[in-house]
Amino acid sequence: MRKAVVVTGVARYLGACFARMLGDDPAVGRVIGIDVVPPQHDLGRCEFERADIRNPVVADVITKARVDTVVHMNVLATPVDAGGRAPQKEINVIGTMQLLAACQKAPTVRRLVVKSSTTVYGASPRDPAIFTEEIAPKALPRSGFAKDSVEVEGYVRGFSRRRPDVYVTTLRFANFVGPTVRTPLTEYFTMPVLPVVIGHDARLQFVHEDDGLAALRLATVEDRPGTYNVAGDGIMLLSQAARRAGRPNIPVPGLVSSTVGAVLRRAKLADFSPEQIQFLTYGRGVDTTRMREQLGFEPKYTTAQAFDSFVDARCRGGILDPDRLRSVERTLVGLLRGSAGGGG
Amino acid sequence: MQRAAPTADQTTPETSASTSGIGSVDEFLALAAQLAALVFGPGGEERAAQAVEFLRRRLTGDYEVDPFGFDAELTETVLLPLLRPLYRRWFRVRVTGAANLPADGPALVVANHSGTLPLDSLMTQVAVHDEHPAQRHLRVLGADLVFQLPFVGDLARTSGTTLACNEDAERLFAAGELVGVWPEGFKGIGKPFSERYKLQRFGRGGFVAAAIRARAPIVPCAIVGAEETYPMVGNLRTVARLLGLPYLPITPTFPWLGVLGLVPLPSKWLIEFGEPIPTAGYGPGAAEDPTLVFELTDRVRETIQQTLHTLLARRSNIFF
Repeated sequence: MRKAVVVTGVARYLGACFARMLGDDPAVGRVIGIDVVPPQHDLGRCEFERADIRNPVVADVITKARVDTVVHMNVLATPVDAGGRAPQKEINVIGTMQLLAACQKAPTVRRLVVKSSTTVYGASPRDPAIFTEEIAPKALPRSGFAKDSVEVEGYVRGFSRRRPDVYVTTLRFANFVGPTVRTPLTEYFTMPVLPVVIGHDARLQFVHEDDGLAALRLATVEDRPGTYNVAGDGIMLLSQAARRAGRPNIPVPGLVSSTVGAVLRRAKLADFSPEQIQFLTYGRGVDTTRMREQLGFEPKYTTAQAFDSFVDARCRGGILDPDRLRSVERTLVGLLRGSAGGGG
Repeated sequence: MQRAAPTADQTTPETSASTSGIGSVDEFLALAAQLAALVFGPGGEERAAQAVEFLRRRLTGDYEVDPFGFDAELTETVLLPLLRPLYRRWFRVRVTGAANLPADGPALVVANHSGTLPLDSLMTQVAVHDEHPAQRHLRVLGADLVFQLPFVGDLARTSGTTLACNEDAERLFAAGELVGVWPEGFKGIGKPFSERYKLQRFGRGGFVAAAIRARAPIVPCAIVGAEETYPMVGNLRTVARLLGLPYLPITPTFPWLGVLGLVPLPSKWLIEFGEPIPTAGYGPGAAEDPTLVFELTDRVRETIQQTLHTLLARRSNIFF
């Protein structure tokens, strides 16, 4: 039987991409996209239903269409997307509660996929270098998107207790990068000069947008219940990423970095929330053994390859552009070795 | 750099310098090459070329770090060479028993901690890398304070240190790494000079349990010399508490001489790696047996204490 899928959060880029992808998927019969605002991107064969997941209308959509799979992608990372921190929190937390309530009442629902984030692990100097899905951080995130994600996962766990017949898959994604996706972190790396916290070099991990969507698709069409970290192989240091993007960085003392963040946020240059600054100070890594062995997902891009694909599309021509430095190197080495490599 | 910039717009950088018509850039670069040959000595062009390649790779982020943030290349080319003069000339470290370190596979080095600043951990890292034929890197487990401090935490991760917690220790063992712990922690490194070479309590034995679980042998390591680098004669407890530090030492030179007081006394160092204690024979579940873990912890502690006495007797003078 072909699946009937509801996708929440299709007005935003990744949600729209995913809805379009499911529309072309032979395993999926019908895709219904839900969002508060009309979509800005092409949804392909996906039907759009304008409904606020914060109110019970969403339950009608699920019941009428006899939906069997719900993909929840409507946890917003930035207050800008929602129009402020208060509506962001309301959409994220109350929205999730309403959606789960609707799913609980709908007997047809067999599968729930939640797009979560590795921000649930926080970032601190007191935590292990690599998080497996079981490790609880020393201190839970206390603000913003990270805190919302923790709460969303809590409600999802509650739901799976009340509806043990539903396969619940929670995917904790590392930071998305790629040629087209836009997140606070990608916008950060496109600034001409990058402010960094002095004396700290965060460990970062990325997932390529194509890999992220492929993992969501796998969880949507197959039964793979559980909680999984999803990230590309390897890690990259913040300084290393800045160099690959050809961006010089300015070290900023830790105490004023929140002020710098606020200024940048006001200037709409980049979205620096306190938990984002914490992340860019200490960083984090996640273990992806379970993703490979139990989810059965193999990302196509490593962390470095994912970041490079983003750099190739969006960060060319920085002050310290790697190509520029490479050509200087070739010339110098050619001259030094007396070969025709650079000078002749 | 600025003059070379227009060449970067061309798609084939190999030909850019010669075809761009900016002769002065070529001349400048030729001059730089000659200068490099001068600095690196005759025939040093090859070494200069390698240096340029290295610099370019570092500047473009073209290198790898492991999941803990360990940068093997930077450690070998920059950090260890910076520590070597201190190791060879200042402390004149003499190492015995390096053959007791396994050439491959996981193992746990357990050592005594002293000296106010963790110079003993840095010197042991040099000793393990330089005195053992396999040139292994010692992956140190450090206190969380290390990672809170700017620059210090960053350098620690770069040189292969990670947080002392079970998860990280087990992951390092699983990767077959040589792991180093200083289980006395702040109790050991921050003890007064009058208690030198008296081993403090060894944590909760978590490191031993982790080694048993990974079936990794335990290599006891005794370090003599670190106690005298910064003899701690007093402790500014109140100020330390205000700064959030575990202790703030008063030594014969610090804080009286200011920055100069940070120069360690040139004590003579002896490091001995003892015979490895195998843990593979204990079988599964042994790590869950507190009696066995405590016994093994005590055995390691006793071995280190005995070795310290032997080494101290061998050293005629703290400076020679």
